[in-house]
Amino acid sequence: MPKVAVVRFPGSNCDFDTLRAAERAGTNAFFVWHHDTSLQDADIVLLPGGFSYGDYLRSGAIARFSPIMQAVQRHAAEGGPVLGICNGFQILCEAHLLPGALMRNAGLTFVSKPVDVVVERSDTVFTSAYAPGTRLRLPVAHGDGRFVAAEDTLRMLEAEGRVVLRYVPASEASPLQPNPNGSANHIAGICNAAGTVVGIMPHPERIADALLGAPDGLGFFASLAAWRPRAPTLNLPSR
Amino acid sequence: MSFRAHVRVMPRGSLLDPQGQAVEHALAALGFAEAAGVRVGRAIELEVAAASRAEAEARVRQMCDKLLANPVTEDYLVEVKEA
Repeated sequence: MPKVAVVRFPGSNCDFDTLRAAERAGTNAFFVWHHDTSLQDADIVLLPGGFSYGDYLRSGAIARFSPIMQAVQRHAAEGGPVLGICNGFQILCEAHLLPGALMRNAGLTFVSKPVDVVVERSDTVFTSAYAPGTRLRLPVAHGDGRFVAAEDTLRMLEAEGRVVLRYVPASEASPLQPNPNGSANHIAGICNAAGTVVGIMPHPERIADALLGAPDGLGFFASLAAWRPRAPTLNLPSR
Repeated sequence: MSFRAHVRVMPRGSLLDPQGQAVEHALAALGFAEAAGVRVGRAIELEVAAASRAEAEARVRQMCDKLLANPVTEDYLVEVKEA
């Protein structure tokens, strides 16, 4: 089973939910602390939600420089999977592991409610359990969730199919108000070019248990639990 | 030498600034209808030890690029004076 590191920063508050969801999906999940310098051979890294370092300066701006993030940068550079949820997404943007930034919600209020999203990429480490186009109802809880990026970056994300989750547009029938934060192109989650680093604003770990009704978020954890690292290529001496 | 730096970080003009809009609405409600184009940013003050004013300013600009401002969404202004 994959080894999953859940990174805890001072101010993380979705760490236990995230660890539990990963464990129950069938992984060997453990915490690492922001002062640690090693990911303890983790195959997959999860950056949970919360308010790391009190959201001082900008959400995720300080967490980006914590010792463990140097290890996360190396892990990502080597193709290791990383999922950032909410504050984790903000940290990934600040760390330039994902493009763009997450700004104050257009409505200025903290939004905590379920929203409808569409899974547009089902070939990432974290979404493989969903069929493309699957609709999910996931909770959001954020004050800084408005995804913004330069025009050419947005065009690139769309052209390369790097929007992983999108809020259901207002034009479509949905009992829930669409796009809770005014994000560009209704973006709720994106990935890097390789599809290995994913950032999402909704909280799948909060709805990953049948006890809570339709466990729409379970697929993220089932996906990562099913992931297997590629076997290392053998470097046989050439003759 | 010691220098005092004032850094002003502002949301980029092309981006929606909901805080600025809210403040503008509040000003109008208080009778300041003449206020327009309100934008809300952040001011940061710091002391810097450097050999010259130019060096102090260069270092503070590096601080802005690395941490104090987000290059995706914000612009900054740096002012350095002898302390």
